[in-house]
Amino acid sequence: MKQVLKVEDMSVTFELHQSEVHAVRDMSFSLSEGETLAVVGESGSGKSQAFLAIMGLLAKNGRAGGRAMMGDINLIGMAPSQLDTHRGKDIAMIFQDPMTSLNPTLKVKTQLSEVLVKHRGFDQQKAVMTSIEMLERVGIPEPVKRANAYPHELSGGMRQRVMIAMALLCQPKILIADEPTTALDVTVQAQMLDLFKTLTQDFGTSLVLITHDLGVVAGVADRMMVMYGGRAVEKGSVDDLFYDPRHPYTLGLLHSTPHIAKRAERLDPIQGLPPSLEHLPKGCSFNPRCAFAFDRCLVERPPLADTGNGREKACHYEGPMAYGKVA
Amino acid sequence: MDQTPINLLEIKDLKKTFSISGGLFSRRLTLTALENINFTIRQGETLGIVGESGCGKSTLGRCILQLLAPDEGQVLWLGQDLTRLPAEEMRQRRADLQIIFQDPLASLNPRMTVGEIIADPLRTLRPELNKDERRARVLKTMEAVGLLPEMINRYPHEFSGGQAQRIGIARALITEPKLIVCDEPVSALDVSIQAQILNLLAELKDEFGLTLIFISHNLSVVRHVSDRILVLYLGRIVELATGDEIYEDPKHPYTRALLTAVPIPDPRLARQRNIDALKGEIPSPINPPSGCTFRTRCRFAKPFCAETRPPLERIEDGRLVACHRWREIEVPVEAVLGV
Repeated sequence: MKQVLKVEDMSVTFELHQSEVHAVRDMSFSLSEGETLAVVGESGSGKSQAFLAIMGLLAKNGRAGGRAMMGDINLIGMAPSQLDTHRGKDIAMIFQDPMTSLNPTLKVKTQLSEVLVKHRGFDQQKAVMTSIEMLERVGIPEPVKRANAYPHELSGGMRQRVMIAMALLCQPKILIADEPTTALDVTVQAQMLDLFKTLTQDFGTSLVLITHDLGVVAGVADRMMVMYGGRAVEKGSVDDLFYDPRHPYTLGLLHSTPHIAKRAERLDPIQGLPPSLEHLPKGCSFNPRCAFAFDRCLVERPPLADTGNGREKACHYEGPMAYGKVA
Repeated sequence: MDQTPINLLEIKDLKKTFSISGGLFSRRLTLTALENINFTIRQGETLGIVGESGCGKSTLGRCILQLLAPDEGQVLWLGQDLTRLPAEEMRQRRADLQIIFQDPLASLNPRMTVGEIIADPLRTLRPELNKDERRARVLKTMEAVGLLPEMINRYPHEFSGGQAQRIGIARALITEPKLIVCDEPVSALDVSIQAQILNLLAELKDEFGLTLIFISHNLSVVRHVSDRILVLYLGRIVELATGDEIYEDPKHPYTRALLTAVPIPDPRLARQRNIDALKGEIPSPINPPSGCTFRTRCRFAKPFCAETRPPLERIEDGRLVACHRWREIEVPVEAVLGV
């Protein structure tokens, strides 16, 4: 499968008054054509910042290092004017809250057609026509009426569809979706996830799905990358990680997720709190919450190592992880 | 529950409307948030309330607690109608009925210390306690919810979302309530913290013999915590049954559709599952569809569904369902959950 994005040794650092915070470190992954990669982690794991960095959207005090290669161009460190020729056209991103991503003072059609005029040189009339067609393709009923509406006149699900339509107008090779369904009702979420599947299957779009919801991951992703404290701690196919997790954090997340078809008396959550990036524990960042931690974990950080079958994990522990032991 | 359970709370014909402005020169519009709500809550149970945004689930929680005054109907607390209670008596009653909110940080006063926040309900509801007694109660409650005693003088901003929610739970518990309405208590929390808080609520429920009303849009979470589940659609009850009945044999087409839409954290199951995604979105409660309000999104709807509103029928074992066609439509569980 053709690779569309290859990220190597990427880091994201934020400059604070007196110190620096490393939000992402040593991140490497690749994304193939038509593939869906889920990036999973809790708040502060660095999952969103990594992709904001790739899009050149970091806050002013942030800087990115390493490479994010799209073909032979490196998106990291690229000048904004040059990035603008790729953003929206080759790589697009949608966010959790569609209301704050849309301009409240402009009609939907104005915001959509702008993309086509700018990137594809369409004239205004053709751009509006194409925008309306796209609204229909992402499942918006009465697309002409919606195109003439302002964002506040649309429901949450409808706004997220508008965002997706906007992201797809230039048929980007890569779509990054940051918690795209978190603010939506389950029924609308199911419609959205279905739409994502169509995109990757019919358009060959590569999708990065940033989420904390393992239910969403199971339904749409091919591969997943689990992040903790700014680093990837486990990578592999979705089936491998769900049915045979090798990192205690992945196992803990799975046991923390309620399953609608199985009613357990008690969940078996990970104890403690996610770490602050400013004060990461010594050794393995996960060691204070890990039921399998031993001496070595307290002093030596485990590197992300290949464990065969396209899997990688960053953990010293090699023994079995029985259910109920992560407590 | 083997013995006949005590009905702690009985809701009878509850109705709540809101009057909203239709614009500067338009007449005011009426939004019916809740209508024809009838159910009971048994002592010691957890009743889950589910539905999409705007279905009235939070409004129902607030009407039960008299934080919103219902337009019609009764809220009977051990036989006493709370809607007719004089303000001062209701205030005393509030020691028994508490609430936990969704956004833990927003629901805590940033200028008060943790100790002051947790002790606050005692000032009004237990004025006879002196300072030392209050402090002792606060420390005891903090311990019960997993907060360390040295946190008593800290301020809310020093806490993470999960810990802030523990503070909110402590504030609800301190008056030794019988019933707590939990309004989306874990929706704003990270997965691992969400599981910790769900376990905490279950432990507290056992320890203090609480009755819980658990409002959430997350059906997996509701399934996990609830004994019985109430499904709301556009302000009306469409189904009420035990958790197992709802998930193994849902009767109402809306309940089925909700279940098939729930993401399942199991890739093989998720792939083979046939999602019967609901079309469209929830209609406006200002101008709800005639007859059965769900018919516009229901794949079993017939022309007569538009004519009359289906009554809330009591079927086997006290299950309630409001659908003209529930007897005719059979959807096997496998189709719903893929199991």
